Amino acid sequence: MSAIGAEDIEGLIGVALYPEEGEFPVEQGYVWTSCASVENGNPLFWDPEVAEVVTGGPIAPPTMVSVWFRPHHWAPARETPGLPLQVHFDLKEGLGLPEAVMSDNTIVFHEPVRPGDRLSTRQILRSVSGEKTTRLGTGRFWVIDVEYTNQRDQLVAVESYTGFGYRRAGSGGDPS
Amino acid sequence: MSAPNVPRLLHPEVAVGDDLPELAYPVTATTVVLGALATRDWRPMHHDKDFAVNRNGTRDIFLNTPNQAAWFERFVTDWTGPYGRLQRMTFRMLGSIFPGDTMVFRGVVTDTGVDPTGCGWVSVDISVSVDDDPKTTCQARVALPVDDRDNPWTRTGPAWQP
Repeated sequence: MSAIGAEDIEGLIGVALYPEEGEFPVEQGYVWTSCASVENGNPLFWDPEVAEVVTGGPIAPPTMVSVWFRPHHWAPARETPGLPLQVHFDLKEGLGLPEAVMSDNTIVFHEPVRPGDRLSTRQILRSVSGEKTTRLGTGRFWVIDVEYTNQRDQLVAVESYTGFGYRRAGSGGDPS
Repeated sequence: MSAPNVPRLLHPEVAVGDDLPELAYPVTATTVVLGALATRDWRPMHHDKDFAVNRNGTRDIFLNTPNQAAWFERFVTDWTGPYGRLQRMTFRMLGSIFPGDTMVFRGVVTDTGVDPTGCGWVSVDISVSVDDDPKTTCQARVALPVDDRDNPWTRTGPAWQP
């Protein structure tokens, strides 16, 4: 994919774009690093006996789901990786909207993520509004879902991002 | 079977208007950098003060969003214990959190219910504030056991409707 123009939008709603597999399996060491960073003492992540009884074995904190897709800072012979949420940048480019903000995001948690899992992701454009004018400028709102699945094709999480791409007030739009 | 000696908040014990136990935490540069690395976020505004000040125009490095999600998760499960299973979280970012700030997490129960599959859930409104100025808000819904034999983590497929 590349720039998504206004004429492309209808055909792309609901289409899975940018399928990608994480660079490494979900790992216990990173679970502990994450828990340590926020002093999370939940015994699910520290006590194997509790994890066995409550969750049928160790799991990763649900909010870590996007962590497994952030690329290494460096890797040999790697080409420039795609930007996270590439569809957002494709819309900005194709619709000629140089500025953008994310107004909010929602994560819905499905199957637990477990050490050793290989997760995959894909981006799905859900909606693009008509032109609207806010105090930031004139542009469009869009909603992009990022779906995460495990190696058994089970859905583990969906992140929904609401973005607003715009031209600054005074640069062609009508400020309000 | 129940896990021994772990707290288990049950759905019938929760009512709309209940406050979650407040959490206050003094943020240092280490908090910010540790959180950025724990979430594999290598962007310089989360570890390089010179970059944050001179390129981003902020007064210091600041806590990144994915790490704030981890803080919110910890805040919720400190209250529920390990049987609490997050269903969904919605975040709204309002401002940044810097070293030297004391961030304070507060939460209140806004709704409770049992879904058609028999899964008990509660909704909570949470905020993290500095000097009573909200920096991020989060609406979360978490499943809780409906009785001491129930375990939301055993739910899968159509029995899990987050």
